[in-house]
Amino acid sequence: MSAHRFTAISTGLSMALLGALTSALAASAPPETSTCLACHGANGEGMAAAGYPRLAGLSSLYLTEQLNAYIDGRRVNAIMSGIANPLSAQQIQSIADYFSALPASSAPSPSALDAAQSSLGRQLAERGDWDNGIPACFNCHASGGIGVQPAFPPIAGQPAAYIEAQIKAWKTGTRQGSPQNLANALMYSVAMRMDETQTKAVAAWLAAQPLPAPDTRPAHTKP
Amino acid sequence: MNASSIAQLSVNAGLLLPLCMLLTSTALHAATETPALSAATGTGVSFHPPGEHMIPEGKFGDMIRMGRDIMLDTPKHAAPFVGNTLSCANCHLDAGRMAGSSPLWAAYVSYPAYRAKNDKINTYQQRLQGCFRFSMNGSAPPLGDPVLVALEAYSFWLATGLPVGKEAAGRGYPDIDKPAQSPDFKRGQTVYAARCALCHGADGAGQKAAGRVVFPPLWGENAFNWGAGMASFNNAAAFIYANMPYGMSYSLTPQEAWDVAYFMDAQERPQDPRWLGSVAATRTKFHDTPYSLYGQTIQGRILGNSGAPKRPPNESEAHIAP
Ligand code: HEC
Ligand code: HEC
Ligand code: HEC
Ligand code: HEC
Repeated sequence: MSAHRFTAISTGLSMALLGALTSALAASAPPETSTCLACHGANGEGMAAAGYPRLAGLSSLYLTEQLNAYIDGRRVNAIMSGIANPLSAQQIQSIADYFSALPASSAPSPSALDAAQSSLGRQLAERGDWDNGIPACFNCHASGGIGVQPAFPPIAGQPAAYIEAQIKAWKTGTRQGSPQNLANALMYSVAMRMDETQTKAVAAWLAAQPLPAPDTRPAHTKP
Repeated sequence: MNASSIAQLSVNAGLLLPLCMLLTSTALHAATETPALSAATGTGVSFHPPGEHMIPEGKFGDMIRMGRDIMLDTPKHAAPFVGNTLSCANCHLDAGRMAGSSPLWAAYVSYPAYRAKNDKINTYQQRLQGCFRFSMNGSAPPLGDPVLVALEAYSFWLATGLPVGKEAAGRGYPDIDKPAQSPDFKRGQTVYAARCALCHGADGAGQKAAGRVVFPPLWGENAFNWGAGMASFNNAAAFIYANMPYGMSYSLTPQEAWDVAYFMDAQERPQDPRWLGSVAATRTKFHDTPYSLYGQTIQGRILGNSGAPKRPPNESEAHIAP
C-alpha cells in the first residue's frame, strides 16, 4: 500500500471519527451529563427499545422545566424523580444547555404498527378527533411533529412507550397540568380526552415518523 | 362524554366543572379546570356532517377533496387569490366542520341572502369571494373559478341532509354575553400575554416551524385586513370565547374574551381594500360601527393610517415569506 493511499484512508477515517465525535464534544459535555447518557444515549438520542426519551433538541426552557417538575413532584417517575432530585439549579442549567444544543436524531424509532393503528394514529396527528375535543397534534407540535420551540416539544420519533406513558401520566396525575401554566394546561386538556385505543395508535404512529432537522438549527459546516 | 351531552346542560362553567369531575375518574385533578370539549359545546347542535371517509370516488369526490384541501392550506391550494399566510380553517376550525366555529354546512344552506356589507343579494360563491378579499387579504376568484366551485362542492357535501333556508343550530360563532365593563386595551393586553402569546407570539405575528405556519398571525402584514369580519371586535370576541386558547374552548370569561378581542383589533393590519383615499372617508363609509376600531385613536395612534392598500399580490408574491 502506497503512502499516498494510506494517507487518504487515514484522513477519511479521522474525518469520520471527527464527524461522530463533534456533536458529542463540540459543546464539551458537562460532567453532570455523564450519568444520563447511559439511558438517554451518547448523543441524547434516547433509547427506543427501553422507552427512554430523546433529549437532544428539546429546548433549554422545556428541559429545565421538566427537571424541576421531577424535583418538586409535579412529575413523578420511578427512575427520573430520584435522578433529578440531587441536581442543583446550576447543574440543571448546564444539562439543559447541553442537550438543547445537540441535533436531534432523525431516524424513526422502531415500532410495531398495524394498518388500523397507522390510519387512526395519522388521523389524530394530522386532523385530531374534534367530536371528542381532540385537536390535531400537529396543529400545536407542527407539521411532522417537529415541535415549535421553546414550548412545544418535538414528538416525532420519540419511543412509542414513552409517548403512551406521558398521555397516561397526565390522566393519572403523575404528570400534572397546572392551570396557571398554559403549556401544562394545554397538553393536559388534550390528554384527558384521549382513550386507550387512540393513545396506543397515535404513540405508535408518531414513533415511526422520522424527525426532520428543523431549519432553525445552524447548518452543519463541513471541515 | 360527548359534546352533545354537555350541550344539553349548559356552558355555564359552574355547572360544567363539577360535572367533569364526576365523569372523569381523575379526582386527583380537582384543582385543574377541565375546559369544554370544543366550540360546539352549548350550541345545541344536533347535525353531524358526514365523515371524510364518505367522500365519494370520482370527479365530484375529487372536487370535494379539493375544497377540503383549500380550507386546510389555502396559501398552497388557492395561491393566486391569497395575500397572507392564513388558511380558512384557522377561523373555521376542523376544515369548516366545527359547530360554533362558523361551519360551512350551516353557511351553505343560508344563501343566497341579503348582505348589508355590499347591499346586495349574495350567492354562496359571492360570499366566498369576500373571504378571499378580506380575511385572506387577497383577491376574489372569478365566479365559477375551480377554487370557488371546489369550496362550494365541499360545503354542499358537508350539508348533506340539512334543510335549506332554515337557520341551523351551530351557525356562526355563538353569542357571547355583553361584557360587564366596556372592553379595555390594557386588560386585553394582560389576557393576551397570559393566554395567547405562547402560541401567537408577543408581537402577534404567529409562529412558524421549518418555514410553515403553525400558529397563525393575528395582526401585522400577514394577518386578515381591516375589512375582515374578524376585525370587528364583537365577531372576534365571539370567535375567541368559543375557540381560544386552542383546545380550551370557553375557558376565558366573557369579559376576558371581549378585552383580548379589543386588544387584538386595536393593532395594525393591512389596509381595507375598499380604501377611499383617507382613513376618515373609509371609516365613515365602511366602519361606522362601535365594533370597528378602524380610524379610531388608540394608544396615541390612528388605526388604519397606513396609506393606500398594497397592490393585490400575484401568484409568485403570495408565497413570499415575511
Ligand atoms: C436509568 C435510566 C435513566 C437515566 C440514567 C436518566 N434518565 Fe432521564 N428519563 C428516563 C426515563 C425512563 C424517562 C421517562 C420518565 C417519565 O415517564 O416521566 C426519562 C425522562 C427524562 C426527561 C423528560 C424528557 C421529556 O421529554 O420530557 C428528562 C429531561 C430527563 N430524563 C433528563 C435526564 C438527565 C438530565 C439525566 C442525567 C442526570 C437522566 N435523565 C438520566 C431514564 C433515565
Ligand atoms: C393545544 C396544543 C397541543 C395539542 C393539540 C397537542 N399538544 Fe402535545 N403538548 C403541548 C404542549 C404545550 C406540551 C408541553 C407540555 C408541558 O410543557 O408541560 C406538549 C407535550 C406533549 C408530549 C410530551 C413530550 C415530552 O417530550 O415529554 C407528548 C408525548 C405530546 N404532547 C403528545 C401529543 C399528542 C399525541 C397530541 C395529539 C393527540 C398532542 N400532543 C396534541 C401542546 C399540545
Ligand atoms: C381571519 C379569520 C377568517 C378567515 C381566515 C376566513 N374566515 Fe370566513 N369568516 C370569518 C368570520 C369572522 C365570519 C363571519 C363574520 C361576518 O359575518 O362578517 C366568516 C364568515 C364566513 C362564511 C359565511 C358564514 C355564514 O354562516 O354565513 C363563509 C362561507 C366563510 N367565512 C368561508 C371562508 C372561506 C372559504 C375562507 C378561506 C378562503 C374563510 N372563510 C377564511 C373569519 C374568517
Ligand atoms: C395552543 C396555542 C394557541 C393559543 C394559546 C391560542 N391560540 Fe389562537 N390559534 C391557534 C391555532 C392553532 C389556530 C388555528 C386553528 C386551526 O387552524 O385549527 C388559532 C387561530 C386563532 C385566530 C384566527 C386565525 C387568525 O390568525 O386570525 C384568532 C383570532 C386567534 N387564534 C386568537 C387567539 C387569542 C386571542 C388567544 C388568547 C386568548 C389565542 N388565540 C390563544 C393556537 C392558539
